[in-house]
Amino acid sequence: MNTIHERLLATVAAIALGVTALNAQAGDTIKVGVLHSLSGTMAISETTLKDTVLMLVEEQNKKGGLLGKKLEAVVVDPASNWPLFAEKARELLQKHKVDVVFGCWTSVSRKSVLPVFEELNGILFYPVQYEGEESSRNVFYTGAAPNQQAIPAVDYLMNELGVERWVLAGTDYVYPRTTNKILQAYLKSKGVKDEDIMINYTPFGHSDWQSIVAEIKKFGSAGKKTAVVSTINGDANVPFYKELANQGISAEDIPVVAFSVGEEELSGIDTKPLVGHLAAWNYFMSVDTEENEEFIEKWHAFIKDEDRVTNDPMEAHVIGFNMWVKAVEKAGTTDPDAVIDAMIGVTVPNLSGGYATMMPNHHITKPVLIGEIQEDGQFEVVWQTPGTVVGDAWSDYLPGSRDIISDWRAPLSCGNYNVKTGKCSGQNF
Amino acid sequence: MTGAHAAFRRLTLGLFLLAGLCLSSAAVQASVQATGDFAAAVQALDAKRFADKARAIEALAATGHERSAVILRAMLDGRLYYRKRDRRVVIAERLEKGFRISDAVTGEPLGEVGKRKVKKISINNKLRKQLRATLARLSLSHRDPRVRRQSVQEMLATVSAAAVPTLERALARETDEEVAELLRTALALAALDSPDREERLRALRVLEGNIQPEVGNRIRRLLERDSDAAVQAAAQRALTAIESKLKFYEFLETLFFGLSMGSVLLLAAIGLAITFGVMGVINMAHGELIMLGAYTTYLVQLLMPNHLELSLLVAIPAAFLVSGLFGIAIERGVIRFLYGRPLETLLATFGISLLLQQLVRTTISAQNVTVANPQWLSGSLEINAALSLTYNRLYILCFALLVFAALLLILKKTSLGLQVRAVSQNRAMARALGIRSGWVDAMTFGLGSGIAGVAGVALSQLTNVGPNMGQAYIIDSFMVVVFGGVGNLWGTLVGAFTLGVVNKFLEPWAGAVLAKILVLVFIILFIQKRPRGLFPQKGRSAES
Repeated sequence: MNTIHERLLATVAAIALGVTALNAQAGDTIKVGVLHSLSGTMAISETTLKDTVLMLVEEQNKKGGLLGKKLEAVVVDPASNWPLFAEKARELLQKHKVDVVFGCWTSVSRKSVLPVFEELNGILFYPVQYEGEESSRNVFYTGAAPNQQAIPAVDYLMNELGVERWVLAGTDYVYPRTTNKILQAYLKSKGVKDEDIMINYTPFGHSDWQSIVAEIKKFGSAGKKTAVVSTINGDANVPFYKELANQGISAEDIPVVAFSVGEEELSGIDTKPLVGHLAAWNYFMSVDTEENEEFIEKWHAFIKDEDRVTNDPMEAHVIGFNMWVKAVEKAGTTDPDAVIDAMIGVTVPNLSGGYATMMPNHHITKPVLIGEIQEDGQFEVVWQTPGTVVGDAWSDYLPGSRDIISDWRAPLSCGNYNVKTGKCSGQNF
Repeated sequence: MTGAHAAFRRLTLGLFLLAGLCLSSAAVQASVQATGDFAAAVQALDAKRFADKARAIEALAATGHERSAVILRAMLDGRLYYRKRDRRVVIAERLEKGFRISDAVTGEPLGEVGKRKVKKISINNKLRKQLRATLARLSLSHRDPRVRRQSVQEMLATVSAAAVPTLERALARETDEEVAELLRTALALAALDSPDREERLRALRVLEGNIQPEVGNRIRRLLERDSDAAVQAAAQRALTAIESKLKFYEFLETLFFGLSMGSVLLLAAIGLAITFGVMGVINMAHGELIMLGAYTTYLVQLLMPNHLELSLLVAIPAAFLVSGLFGIAIERGVIRFLYGRPLETLLATFGISLLLQQLVRTTISAQNVTVANPQWLSGSLEINAALSLTYNRLYILCFALLVFAALLLILKKTSLGLQVRAVSQNRAMARALGIRSGWVDAMTFGLGSGIAGVAGVALSQLTNVGPNMGQAYIIDSFMVVVFGGVGNLWGTLVGAFTLGVVNKFLEPWAGAVLAKILVLVFIILFIQKRPRGLFPQKGRSAES
């Protein structure tokens, strides 16, 4: 009995000690949480982003840290498991008491951590292009909203290439379905008829594209210029492009514009069948600016591999990190409320020679670039928006969200404000 | 080309004579201006906007200068650059470091420059198409009939009355029957716009049943605007003939797609038909043995980078050995202790599948690897304008049947096959007759695994090669074997092709996702009705 009592006491003491130690540590450094999958299916894409944040932290520390303190990265592994994302987010915020989190890739992982960040009042920077229809006070969306990627790409095809028939092909999950809904509404508003739009969904990792490509070929031989807008995700793209090439459809006959194919995805595959097809992003590794060259050099030095590529979500993290640093400096503290308020209006240079500004809806301004895939797995920019485009959280082309705006400045402070009814629903998704 | 070319020659000759006869300053000026126009047109290619570049290409083709084709070809191939220093348009050849450049206008060599000294004149898909069409127009009289066919094909979409004289001239001297046929089609298409009713009717008779996609579109447009009853009737008739032909080819195409998908299923399942069907081992690591075969292909290609075309032929036995040895190791190391305990075998082999995945992930890479396609596996066999069969699928279909035949021979005609069948039918009796059943088990499992490896070689040509690729095939393989009837190779063959064809005929109207679900539901219902599959084993061996 006595021994148990003693042991209990010792444990309590140890915990108390641990907590004070933790507090003391929290006082010494500013903690940056990294919530990216390091194992499982998403590890391929997300590991690179973890390395990017580590590089940015190291660099900031070389410059003398932030507010006189050193930055410390806390890395956890949610293992491509969506519910685990929420648990790990809680661990970062409650146990490690991080001041900011950079993380998530898929929309479903973001949806999973959203309630945690709102409950514990954390800050999340989300770096990937997504379907929109969301604006949370605690999340900053540094990737593209549909109007910063999908809509300009369609405009390019319509105006520059004279496309009249459209194939919307995607993997069967939330991002392609929402994006295609927006695109369909947009195309119809431009006078495209129903029979000139073909929509097709395939399962994850689909590899037998014969009949779908044959159908696209038939759809495209009706005498009108046809293009494929592809939200096909991940490695299902490779057999898709291969089948296109084998059935004799070149990028000149039926161009494919993709929203999920970037440098990282191209680095592991035979690019021959893809040459000439298009991708729409807000950054390409091939962008010819000094900032970009410097960034690539730093990245190669940090990762110690000259062959590693850079891509769009990496740029989004660079922008997000620099914005956060500026906001903390402006607020003079890492207190979440102060930083969230200070974030709006912060402007930092992007890597393509322009500037990114955080808007009141927690989305940023971005240029939109259209690139053609080259033999070496890089993109050649063939078109870009004259200036930057403001990210739109709620699409103007969907009946449900047309009247909704998001503005996190006082006095509105609402992510889901209906301008018709004048009410804030309070729900952010 | 010759028309424009000759005109240009005549022009220069004329100018030369004129200049030579009276040295008139005006003539010299005209000649200088002609070259000047050409140079200006070349310089205009280096425009900011693609629309301006498009106009420049038109202008350049219109000059009829002999170098314009060379320059346009260079532009199409991405060899046209400008020098940053003076914005001179140059044709560049890529060297190890930097470029060797020559002046685009004169062809005069300008030496070698660094990579950053020049910049490519970028083109997009629209310009590429325009360049190809322009070059096609310049090469209607090309020596190679394939190029001529390509040129006419390019012209079909836009052919009009203006092109008729050129086409007629080309037809008169055409020797290749296929190209001539295309030219007649083009002429008939042009005649569809003719104001003369008789001529339109004659054109429709020529076009009846022609399955070039452009023909159908043009006739449909004619139907919309022509009010003449006779023409309407003829057009309708021609269109019906075209559509019924297209329907037929579409059916053949879908059948081919189904057979091809069936061949992939067959390849994936046939190894399992041995290990699961004959030996009764539930091997969850079967997909990973396929994956090992695919990675062997990758490694073979790395080892012989200069013999890409042959690498696949080398990879087939190599993959058979690698996967077969892994299979024997799995059987000797784990499975032989678990015979008669299917649940434990299932768990143990599932564990092995994870181990193998991680092995590849740590030793090679977590990312997908590139397996190149040899030239003879790219492209398609064009039977006609509506039906073409892709070579990779065609070869794999044949390959699957060959593997199947080889396996059947091994089981039916060799002593190993005899022993395998003996052990699987009655282990105790076989042992009593002096068969080393342990050795036979290892060999059988090795054979099944080796065939999975061979399947991996074929699949590496169709899909991504990555640590997870096996997962995609394991369920399909079990489905095929169970559906076909456990223990019966012919059942696996029929089962694979049935599922492939059914899936492909469902896909056009149900979509890829729903088609898969429907097939699965169909199999579940089928198994309810016939638990032993399509071809159940009969006789005493069915008892076990």
